[in-house]
Amino acid sequence: MFSFEFMQNAYLAGTLIAIVSGMMGVFVVARNMPFMTHTLSEIGFAGAAFGIFIGWTPLNGMLAFTTVSSIMVGELSGAVESRRESVISAISGLFIGLGILFLSLSRKNASYATNILFGSVIGISRQDVIQMAALSILVLVVLLLIFRNLKDDSFDAIGSQTNHIHRNLISIIFLIMLAFSVSVAAQIVGSLLIFVLLTLPASSAKYFAHTVLRMMSLAILFALFGVWVGLYLGYLTNWPVTFFIASIEAIIYGISLFYNFIRSKSE
Amino acid sequence: MSETLISVENLSLSFPNHPVFSDLSFQVNRGDFLGVIGENGIGKTTLVRVILGQLHPGVGKVIIKQGIRIGYVPQFRNVDVEYPLSIKDFVALNFTGLKLPWLSKKERARVNQVIKQVGLEQIANRPLGLASGGEKQKAYLAQALINHPDLLILDESTASLDPNTKKELLDVVFRLNKTMGLTIFFVSHDMQMIHEYPDHYLWLQKGKYESGPIADLHNENKEGQYV
Ligand SMILES: Nc1ncnc2c1ncn2[C@@H]1O[C@H](COP(=O)(O)OP(=O)(O)OP(=O)(O)O)[C@@H](O)[C@H]1O
Ligand SMILES: [Mg+2]
Repeated sequence: MFSFEFMQNAYLAGTLIAIVSGMMGVFVVARNMPFMTHTLSEIGFAGAAFGIFIGWTPLNGMLAFTTVSSIMVGELSGAVESRRESVISAISGLFIGLGILFLSLSRKNASYATNILFGSVIGISRQDVIQMAALSILVLVVLLLIFRNLKDDSFDAIGSQTNHIHRNLISIIFLIMLAFSVSVAAQIVGSLLIFVLLTLPASSAKYFAHTVLRMMSLAILFALFGVWVGLYLGYLTNWPVTFFIASIEAIIYGISLFYNFIRSKSE
Repeated sequence: MSETLISVENLSLSFPNHPVFSDLSFQVNRGDFLGVIGENGIGKTTLVRVILGQLHPGVGKVIIKQGIRIGYVPQFRNVDVEYPLSIKDFVALNFTGLKLPWLSKKERARVNQVIKQVGLEQIANRPLGLASGGEKQKAYLAQALINHPDLLILDESTASLDPNTKKELLDVVFRLNKTMGLTIFFVSHDMQMIHEYPDHYLWLQKGKYESGPIADLHNENKEGQYV
């Protein structure tokens, strides 16, 4: 299997994505941002389509769109919760519309659209892998630097108000890192199923582990398991890798909920 | 001369169409145990927010001594049953700054120390979300203490606790006040606790206030409205 360069690329990329998603996911879940993450990935879809339209790689188009919009949404963070959701819905609708427009303008066939939306293993070049590695390392280094303040802000938003942790700055930096993570993860699972890696593994991990570092390790493990096994099954069966990854992560999540249920009954 | 940590001078503050304080003045010195009372909605939490610098006084001055550390236990918090962090990890959240993710040996020792102080060592590794109301308040207190504050602000930390748990919590605070000189700003409705622990009181009332040593707090006929 590894004699094919595209499988090597896919495994390299998938491993990076799983690590970044597992780490970011813990904060995404703690900050209650799955919806925001999903919106960013839809914006990423428009960005990828735009990239194709003007002759960039889909990844670069995605990066451009998600980064700009994450900063814009960051400005909204002061708004009341209920309004924020509506604004995010409006933005997301607008961007999906734009994505469809760019795709039709660029006259690429429909399989290009499905690649962006549902992910594709074949499409990842060595060049892409290098860029994804650079982005992943950047995300990891930034996370390492802001780790303690981000942790305080994410897990104790009210209590952290008296600690001098620069909450607004932390929140913007986090959104930009989320934009990068979404763009990178979309390369494998597609922009429609980002949450499969960015929220499910972390949501599962919180039932088994009770420190941020342990939750992260476990989330990375769950994500890696899904990606590795998913790629392998995809290779064997020729079925879409995304299907396998999504199913594996959903099953892990189901088991976690069940475990939590049993535990709470037995206590 | 005792050192003044908080000095409020002629503070007036109102929300749109809603006056909260008018001409409020008081001081808190190092080592004081101040009990702050007043009915619901009178402005106790608002006063805390002014002291924390989250709200700016309209008229008057609020001077907080430069460089003091403030430990704060807020009245409300987003902790539901699914909250995943262990009590230990929650307490350590207040170790912020540009440091490595994992705690140093010294930090871990400090976490264990405050957890022991509030009496949670048995359940320190259990998720905070599953802790009882009293255990949660103790965890909040431990978190507020972790950075060795000069001033500890408790906003209704004993509301909804049973008498024993209340005492356990306040005994911890009281001991720190007496042995370490930790200054306490204790907001509460509980007249019995207010008489028992603080040495001073500040009683916020509509458009006015009263303050002084606790022995001067005479509320026999008004007790009913607070207990
Ligand atoms: N941001 C705000 N804008 C407008 N009004 C506010 C705001 N914050 C508080 N208030 C009002 O100011 C008053 C004082 O509120 P505060 O929360 O300080 O009361 P409290 O004394 O802490 O009450 P409780 O005992 O119920 O906690 C209340 O009437 C409240 O509705
Ligand atoms: Mg209040």
